Amino acid sequence: MTTAWDADERGYFGEWGGRYMPEALVAALDELDAAWRDASADPGFRGEFEAILRDFANTPSPLYHASRLSEQLGVTVLLKREDLNHTGAHKIRNVLGQALLTRRMGKKRVIAETGAGQHGVAAATAAAYFGLDCTVYMGEVDTRRQALNVARMKLLGATVVPVSSGSATLKDAINEALRDWVASVDHTAYLFGTAAGPHPFPSMVRDLCRGIGDEARQQCLDQLGRLPDAIAACVGGGSNAIGLFTAFLDDPEVAILGMEPAGDGVETGRHAATISAGAAGVLHGARTFILQDEDGQTQESHSISAGLDYPGVGPQHAHLAASGRATYVPITDAQAMDAMALLSRTEGIIPAIESAHALAGAFDVARRLADEKGPEAVVLVNLSGRGDKDMGTAIEWFDLDKPTGGPVG
Amino acid sequence: MSVSDAFTRAKEEDRAALVGYLPAGFPDVDGGIEALTTMVDAGCDVIEVGLPYSDPVMDGPTIQAAAQQALDGGVRIRDVLRTVEAVAATGVPTVVMTYWNPVDRYGVARFAADLASAGGAGLITPDLTPDSGADWIAAAESNDLDRIFLVAPSSTDARIAMTTAACRGFVYATAVMGVTGAREATSDLAGPLVARTKAVTDLPVAVGLGVSSGAQAAEVAAYADGVIVGSAFVRTILDHPGDRAAGLGALRALTEDLAGGVRGA
Repeated sequence: MTTAWDADERGYFGEWGGRYMPEALVAALDELDAAWRDASADPGFRGEFEAILRDFANTPSPLYHASRLSEQLGVTVLLKREDLNHTGAHKIRNVLGQALLTRRMGKKRVIAETGAGQHGVAAATAAAYFGLDCTVYMGEVDTRRQALNVARMKLLGATVVPVSSGSATLKDAINEALRDWVASVDHTAYLFGTAAGPHPFPSMVRDLCRGIGDEARQQCLDQLGRLPDAIAACVGGGSNAIGLFTAFLDDPEVAILGMEPAGDGVETGRHAATISAGAAGVLHGARTFILQDEDGQTQESHSISAGLDYPGVGPQHAHLAASGRATYVPITDAQAMDAMALLSRTEGIIPAIESAHALAGAFDVARRLADEKGPEAVVLVNLSGRGDKDMGTAIEWFDLDKPTGGPVG
Repeated sequence: MSVSDAFTRAKEEDRAALVGYLPAGFPDVDGGIEALTTMVDAGCDVIEVGLPYSDPVMDGPTIQAAAQQALDGGVRIRDVLRTVEAVAATGVPTVVMTYWNPVDRYGVARFAADLASAGGAGLITPDLTPDSGADWIAAAESNDLDRIFLVAPSSTDARIAMTTAACRGFVYATAVMGVTGAREATSDLAGPLVARTKAVTDLPVAVGLGVSSGAQAAEVAAYADGVIVGSAFVRTILDHPGDRAAGLGALRALTEDLAGGVRGA
């Protein structure tokens, strides 16, 4: 069943999305599109996907009432605990779905790109689960700042290829994975890590992640008997966000908020706030907002979170922003790290720095709602991943390796 | 001027056309112009001027390195257009090969108009297929420019028919499933692809990706209307850093070898 929020046949959400790809990959994208349509309409496939998510990935993830945080902020704060999924993030939903589809398509090898390493770890996990060969492309810069995840991928049996071209981060890892795919498309599936890229990836990744929002919406109704006033998620490419948002798009009373990485601050130019400060263009196969100069060259993005450090964004987010259904707010590195510290000390939960962006924005909204509506207001935040992988960054940021150091949030 | 004129002339000589590629601004803007005019002088029938781009998905390491060098040197779209103007002034049809975003950002109509003013013949668009290219096709039509889309070994017959119907100038057949870069053996996928393409169009069909020697060019010229060479040209310059004269000498020698190849030497 399609809705007004779905892409058209050619993969456009309004004027956003589409397919700007080499002809060599069109057949593979058509094959993927047809296979995905077929699989998603097959109750057997859907049932197997749900069973794997339940038995292997540990979903549904809980919707947790953060009571100490709620008390502090003066509203009810609910956390969708995707950090409790197997491998520690929402990413496992997407890759298990794509890997299941890969097996259905009869392909034996998968490739993936990764920034923070969460998608790479999830892809390596799914490949191990299904017995598929796996190669993960990762920017050389990211292999250094996420060494633990590189080790995890290798232990899971994946080959990790450092990419040194361009800015040696996520966007270059995507370029390299696409190059691999052009040459190997007959036997290789590309497990794309976010709701961006050429059609059908934005729609397929969204549908594989939409369990986040479907579960959260029902859990909220079950626990509180009502919908939240606002929902929040971080947006790099935007897979966890679109997974959460999709269930609430037709609930106009629910404010939808995406938190973009503003790095040192949008005004400094060192950021990855694509919707807030980018311009319309084409990157990695889709028309969307991108960070670019006046000649259309992609500009380097910056975020303390490798997982959000991407100069583009999924095209459905571009559409939601342009249509006004969702609001996208820039959050600086410092704001995110403050939120990381606050959640850690208040609730005993160390969030991924990605998720800390969502928290930081949600805290601002919560304070506003507390003034407007009082303690009855409900803010639901997607805690998309856990912070173990980010401890190196946290140690540096908070001086945790010094005897007297520690967060002061 | 349409590129098809060059293919017609080559056909009258009972040979394939040699199409040579270098990115603009490599090793610098004036050096690039000198290199491209050397290629014209030594036997290229058509010139492709690459527009260096930050995210070149279809390019292998050789062309990517050259494009990056050009970008690091500060090359701009206006430099690409200046390069086109200088090369087109030699009388050889000159097209731009570009990823789509720079054109999109510059403005499709503005780019088409400025390219036409510079004497450019048209565009090759590796990441824009006709089904996503309505704006470009319209702008090309208005400015009498060629539009050269790619067909690939993985293209269905229906897509080859759709693509060739939207082409003007020639059809670019990608000989391999892979990115740009010189290869030791020519592709066994190219011949069948050219045959499938020629079955549905009268346009010239040129083969690109992988050719680096006169012998390989001769092989491809046996079944294609044109032989496209890029990475091998780039390599001659990359292999002579800091010695422009030696680089140009190697470039001239390679062009002559390839020009001999398309003549069945």
